[in-house]
Amino acid sequence: MKNNTALLKRIRENRLFWPLIALALILVTDAIFVPGFFKIGILDGHLYGNMIDVLNNSAPLMLVAIGMTLVIATGGVDLSVGAVIAISAAMGAVLINPALGNKLISNEILTKDATNTPLVLIVLADLAAGTLCGLWNGFLVSRGKIQPMVATLILMVAGRGIAQLITNGQIMTIYYTPYFFFGNGFIFGLPVSIYIVALVFLFAWILVRKTSIGLFIETVGINAKSAYYSGISEKNIKLFVYTFCGFCAAIAGLILSSYVHSADGNNNGLNYEMDAILAVVIGGTLMSGGRFSLLSSVVGALIIWTFTITMYTFGVPANALLAGRAVLVLVVILLYSDYTQNFLNKFTDRKKVRHDATN
Amino acid sequence: MTDTNDLILTVKDISKTFPGVNALEHVDFSLKRGEIHALVGENGAGKSTLIKILTGVEYPDTGSIELDGKIMEVKSPQHAQEIGISTVYQEVNLCTNISVAENIMLGHEPRRFGGIDWKRLNAFANLALQRLSVDIDVTQPLGNYSVAIQQMVAIARSLEIASAKILILDEPTSSLDVAEANRLFSLMQKLKGEGIGIIFITHFLDQVYQISDRITVLRNGKLVGTFITASLPRMELIAKMLGRSITDLDEMSKAKFSREQKESKKYSLEARGLGRSGSLEPFDLQLHASEVVGIAGLLGSGRTEMANLIFGIDTPDTGTLTLNDRQVEHFSPLESLKNGIALCPEDRKAEGIVGDLTIRENIILALQARYGWFKFLSTQKQYEIAAKYIQILGISTPSPDQLVKNLSGGNQQKVILARWLATNPQVLILDEPTKGIDVGAKAEIQKLMLDLAEEGKSCVFISSELEEVLRTSHRIIVLRDRKKAAEYPGDVDDHTIIQTMAGNL
Amino acid sequence: MMQRIKPFLLTNGPMLISIAIFILVYFAGSRVYPNMQKTQVFFNLFINQASLMIISIGMTLVLITGGIDLSVAGMIALTSAASASLLAKGASPALVIPLMLVMGVAFGTTIGSLIQFLKVQPFIVSLMGLFFARGMAYIITLEGLPIENPTYRLLALTKVYIPFLGKTYVYIPSLIGPILLLVVIYLSFFTRFGRTVYAIGNNEQSARLMGLPVGRTKIIVYAFSGFCSALAGIVWSISLLSGYGGYAPGMELDAISSVVIGGTLLTGGVGNVIGTLFGVLINGTIVSILQFNGTLSSWWTRIGVGVLTLIFIGIQSLFYMRKKHS
Repeated sequence: MKNNTALLKRIRENRLFWPLIALALILVTDAIFVPGFFKIGILDGHLYGNMIDVLNNSAPLMLVAIGMTLVIATGGVDLSVGAVIAISAAMGAVLINPALGNKLISNEILTKDATNTPLVLIVLADLAAGTLCGLWNGFLVSRGKIQPMVATLILMVAGRGIAQLITNGQIMTIYYTPYFFFGNGFIFGLPVSIYIVALVFLFAWILVRKTSIGLFIETVGINAKSAYYSGISEKNIKLFVYTFCGFCAAIAGLILSSYVHSADGNNNGLNYEMDAILAVVIGGTLMSGGRFSLLSSVVGALIIWTFTITMYTFGVPANALLAGRAVLVLVVILLYSDYTQNFLNKFTDRKKVRHDATN
Repeated sequence: MTDTNDLILTVKDISKTFPGVNALEHVDFSLKRGEIHALVGENGAGKSTLIKILTGVEYPDTGSIELDGKIMEVKSPQHAQEIGISTVYQEVNLCTNISVAENIMLGHEPRRFGGIDWKRLNAFANLALQRLSVDIDVTQPLGNYSVAIQQMVAIARSLEIASAKILILDEPTSSLDVAEANRLFSLMQKLKGEGIGIIFITHFLDQVYQISDRITVLRNGKLVGTFITASLPRMELIAKMLGRSITDLDEMSKAKFSREQKESKKYSLEARGLGRSGSLEPFDLQLHASEVVGIAGLLGSGRTEMANLIFGIDTPDTGTLTLNDRQVEHFSPLESLKNGIALCPEDRKAEGIVGDLTIRENIILALQARYGWFKFLSTQKQYEIAAKYIQILGISTPSPDQLVKNLSGGNQQKVILARWLATNPQVLILDEPTKGIDVGAKAEIQKLMLDLAEEGKSCVFISSELEEVLRTSHRIIVLRDRKKAAEYPGDVDDHTIIQTMAGNL
Repeated sequence: MMQRIKPFLLTNGPMLISIAIFILVYFAGSRVYPNMQKTQVFFNLFINQASLMIISIGMTLVLITGGIDLSVAGMIALTSAASASLLAKGASPALVIPLMLVMGVAFGTTIGSLIQFLKVQPFIVSLMGLFFARGMAYIITLEGLPIENPTYRLLALTKVYIPFLGKTYVYIPSLIGPILLLVVIYLSFFTRFGRTVYAIGNNEQSARLMGLPVGRTKIIVYAFSGFCSALAGIVWSISLLSGYGGYAPGMELDAISSVVIGGTLLTGGVGNVIGTLFGVLINGTIVSILQFNGTLSSWWTRIGVGVLTLIFIGIQSLFYMRKKHS
């Protein structure tokens, strides 16, 4: 019995435990109150249903959460990811569509299912734009020694302006069908976006756990000075994480704009920075930096979207959902708080004592 | 009214357990009015726990506290202050952004029309400092003053709040130079004369003998005994602290010179005219293989600055640093690591340990940094290295996956040391490696340096404990006022060194 | 008094720079656009930035303690929506206004308590507060509600003429910011509460050991910020005569920018509300200049403020880095 208690405690202390419990709670609520929530059917040769929607919609957030995890692990934060999404989306739209400048274009050309630039180049340009934004943030934080919250605040504020600049202040609709593949396509029945997330996750995981980068990130987050004395370049680590975060946001922007068929400088990726930070926090990584878990953050993103879609099925309008999201986070935070941990510790200890007594 | 036999504080049978640790077991302690009572013990002895209980930060599991004849429960730090127990910690717990006067008076400041009466506040603060013979501009932010002055301000505050009956000083002299320490001691004598009982926690045994009336020794959470200072010879004190005979220390001293010193003309490291303005005047230094070079000097003489220059934390303005005939071009910790130089920094908490990482991760950290981002030490290799050094250095821990923040000071220091040893350096600089750790660990580290020298490496040993430097160094360099003052062979006597430090030689 | 001025100068460098830059920007603007030289333009800053000024003042104290309150703009929206809804149902302003203030205090107290007792980062808790407030505002009214109450209209349209300056005027709500400023100046420099705020920002542990009421002060600081947000919301509802959940989008960032530009460090312990005043004025000046230009679209404001904040942060970092080394 003693071994079981120790095992239970270890499970409880595993960073994935609470996020998975929260996710399970939401899913159980769905199973009870929303008939047919889990129904998955086949339509047009691909899987179809609420759960598929959840996966598809949460893909961009998962990507941003992955990038954000590393940034937060160094003790920083990146508030500009929403703006980077907008910039990346704008890049894509503009390269597809020849509507640059104030030239008057006939409606036929505007809505043509064609592109001015090959798809491959568009993707590369998107990624480059986002990565450059990440580099900018990285330089401000690592070389400029500016506080992350402040440094990324600047791009957050100015970035949407830049996105507007790229699209000349217009919301651009995209008509080029191959572009839709990222957000709307399916491979083997599952959404393309999920494959993209899996690839990026794998790439990130190899990068941080199969090299020393992950260890250095954690060290910098816990004690940057010790890291320096040990020969770790705090500057380069920080430069890397912000750049990588920009990269992830760029991919997210690609998927998002592909999903909604448009680039809207004001609304693309709105509030994404907040959701990404929440996903990371729900996943158990501390805002002060240090130990992190990419998987937990991904689960955190999943929780946010499962909750959102659940609310939609209950008929709650999107705007009112904001209040609900706030309550969700409160619940998660309560679960993580010292009070709850102590309470549960007492519970398991009491069980153990009772058992010893009866022996 | 000179009832100095009156006990102001009686602590009986105090025990305190933390998860997995018996911090204190059935400890008794008494403090007389108007006495300076030293509390000594190695790391993990229980000194800080006892103080935390006296100041209301922790509550005892068993036992009682009697203050001035009345049984008391100390409920919080604020309550402790109210009942007359004042404490000044090593890290002066004041706020550096507000003025000195505020630091003294905030919490009981004079009011006028509902708001703070600044004129009277500053006046009271001035009075409080005058009582301690300190004369400064109290309207300046506290951060503008040295640590020594800040400490005085902290003491002034604690005396102002309530009529203090007891003053606890926790390692007050660690950041002070000799002059400042002496100033503190005369203040303590003055307060003693006023009938205040002073508990003086320190690991500087010289100072214990300089001013204390009685000594209480703790070891491993238990009371070893309370003694009258004048009647306890120093050797016996150390023996009681260690709980074993200290002939090993003497043995080591003799052993130093019986070791074969492999003479080699080749320098492993040579600094010529190396200097940095504001930090250290240009100096020359030669390190041979197989030797321990001690750096002695008062606080502020430039010891850490020298270490930082050699290791590349600071970039020099003038001079050259040559390693095995190759000149160092770029100064950074990573470069130094690659060149085979390692520095065990002075402040292990701020510059050394990475608390939330495991022992294993802490140990392989610098080695991994040297390999870079992509040449990854396999997990198996990491465990091997960790196990090796846990064994060599005698780090006491159930497993290498223990978080470093949960270790005692001495063990933490060993982990840091292991980190640098793992990089197999040619030159190992140790900046105050024995600070704040128990006597047993101190001895082990000193022995380690001599072992390393025997293996052909060079060690630079910086320490404020002259006795340690004398014991282990083959050569001694004395620093004074940011300048290299002199260089002596290892058998120089301490009198000469002290004279050099004082500027007489 | 004389003795306090010199260290004041030394410790308030960035704030003085902010003041200087405000004067510079204003001057430059008025040279390029002669219409800006009218005195009314200066007072328009107080009219247009009334809400921003109020929440920035509240935000200053929060930032000095080293915390942050992202919920302020949400509270503005919620206050506007709740006020509009209550007034539409016939409630009197004499009831609505105090009620909103109480709501603001309660809201802020909740945030402060969560931060203090659950030990959660202020960033997260106040972010939640932002979501919650806006969400509640949308639940009250999804599309927005007009305010037709005569008292509100009176407050919105009555001009208050500035003495000695002829025809220049402000409106009644515009006076609230400056009055609040004076109150907070007093709080910051003449009360134990204010000094505790600074102490907490420097070293919370020390402040606690000094026996200062750290927990209570932290909660009060957020309660005060909530109060300011509600007050700003009332001012906003008067100015716009309507309530809607989408109002004041991103204004929490403008507030933080203003406070930072005014010389307060995000890490806490340093700064004061006088600097914030100038931060807000700089913000407003940039908006004014863009309005006078007329051709640049409004999203240049965002870029402009972003660049300016960057410059100020740079100055701050340099100044404090140099100070550290001395």
